[in-house]
Amino acid sequence: MHALEKILAKAAKKESVRAGEIVNCQVDMAGINDLYLQTIRSFYEMDGEKVYAPDKTIVFLDHYAPASSVLQADNQKQFREFCRNQNIDKLMDVNQGVCHQIMADKGFSKPGQLIVITDSHTTTHGAFGAFGTGVGATDLAIILRTGSLWFRVPEVIRINLEGQLRPGVFAKDVILSIIGKLGADYAVYKGVEFTGSLLKQFSISERMALCNMTTEMGAKTCYIQPDEVTFAFLEGNGIMDYQIFETDLDYQYTAELTFDVTDLCAQIAAPHSVDNVFPLSDYEGEAVDQAFLGTCTGGRVEDLAVAAHILKGRKISPLTRFLVVPASARVLLEAMEKGYIQTLVEAGATLVTPGCAACLGTHEGMIAEGEVCITASNRNFPGRMGHSKAEIFLASPASVAAAALNGYITDPARYLVEKEDQR
Amino acid sequence: MNKIVEGKAFVFGNNIDTDQIYPGRYLALTDPEAVAKHAMEGADPDFVSQVKPGDIIVASKNFGCGSSREHAAITLKSAGVGAILAESFARIFYRNAINLGLPLLVIPEICAKVKTGDRLSVDIQTGMVRNETSGIEISGEQISEYMFHILENDGIKNLIKEQYEK
Repeated sequence: MHALEKILAKAAKKESVRAGEIVNCQVDMAGINDLYLQTIRSFYEMDGEKVYAPDKTIVFLDHYAPASSVLQADNQKQFREFCRNQNIDKLMDVNQGVCHQIMADKGFSKPGQLIVITDSHTTTHGAFGAFGTGVGATDLAIILRTGSLWFRVPEVIRINLEGQLRPGVFAKDVILSIIGKLGADYAVYKGVEFTGSLLKQFSISERMALCNMTTEMGAKTCYIQPDEVTFAFLEGNGIMDYQIFETDLDYQYTAELTFDVTDLCAQIAAPHSVDNVFPLSDYEGEAVDQAFLGTCTGGRVEDLAVAAHILKGRKISPLTRFLVVPASARVLLEAMEKGYIQTLVEAGATLVTPGCAACLGTHEGMIAEGEVCITASNRNFPGRMGHSKAEIFLASPASVAAAALNGYITDPARYLVEKEDQR
Repeated sequence: MNKIVEGKAFVFGNNIDTDQIYPGRYLALTDPEAVAKHAMEGADPDFVSQVKPGDIIVASKNFGCGSSREHAAITLKSAGVGAILAESFARIFYRNAINLGLPLLVIPEICAKVKTGDRLSVDIQTGMVRNETSGIEISGEQISEYMFHILENDGIKNLIKEQYEK
């Protein structure tokens, strides 16, 4: 069995499971975000009275943090009331940040766990060796009602990452390049596991970016076998109670691919799909109205660090707005301590409080008709960040910062010539 | 759920994401009737004024990719869409639609065989589609027994309720 299958087997209280089988699994951690008031409605529509496991339930007020309309405020109010009435003490209010980053920061994401959140990017938790998967409101309500949910055991694709990254090239470029080659539907219904010598060198932050983006190739879940990097991160967060599962040597992957990154340059996903990927140099010089640094994909301390490195002592282009949104309160605090926020604001950044912000086009930096935005987030669908006739380019945090500096799309490599400059 | 769905086809392309099906700026709406008013707005702003109960969405690959928002399934069901036929579906959208009792069928090369405006008759249980306009029959993948069971019960909420009544 694959480690992912072992996680499902344990959750289903079965000796073994096999790909294609439908199993009913106890969920270790169920998360709801503030877009999904329907979850509460569905819970009561199924005659729910008391949440099955309030201690395994977590509510995130992140997508509308803080509310920018009365309707949003009312949705959040109903969530707070629900938490009070149901004794859910893990209410992550508008001061906390994006759900996936909070899961990491607070040690809720652990190896061997089955994590289900009403957010498609729940694949992110593969970075910790968890089985993370996104669902809609009613599926999550079923977990609130019964403690469990049905899953189809996925086939697993193995992606082996080899080679050394050149300066100015990051995990985000690697995953964009892979999605560009394989397509937005390559991994639909399947799990994706990353392995290889490059993967071993990636930090938790880079691993989270990789796993996060597998959603954009349709993956149901993602997995990285916990190693020294994972253990050091968990220990640093005081997390000791977890179970590691390992893939059996005779496990048959549905596909095994190897990507060598030695010659990879900075990548960019052009409008309007995530698999519309080119070398960033193809778009070098394209004017940018807004540069957006943040989200569960690209709003971590390392991302702010590289942006601060590029912008230290410099000013952004007067033709460009530069939105900086730390992924969580903890990220914001650490970035302040290290002086990154000071550097970025001095360079001309607009600082937005932790949350999803403009990523999904509801508030805090939406873009107008005809505008161009380069973003460290995960989607460039038509209308995603505002007007349907705006253009969204996806790139690495370094590429976003370089575009903010010049007012046009710029390969960040020239600001990051020395490898250690990236850290 | 009707086992036979009959209606007019609306054909869309590849990778129709949930932002196109239901734009993010309307996510704070929760009343199904209000949600229905924005169905497919990002892909075809005229869809809502043209769709009639029972009409059928036809699409190429990866229909419903992107966000896990259940609004995407709610808006189509509430707008009266009778079934969605696509070459493939994104998994969260697939689950959301089945959970709501909105039939989905995987039908290879469906877009080559149907044009917007064609009249279709779809047998949800067998996966057979008859294009009444062109006269051709198209066979799709048969839906799994478990999914059909959910559809027959008009969605999973009824099944969960039943489970607790026993």
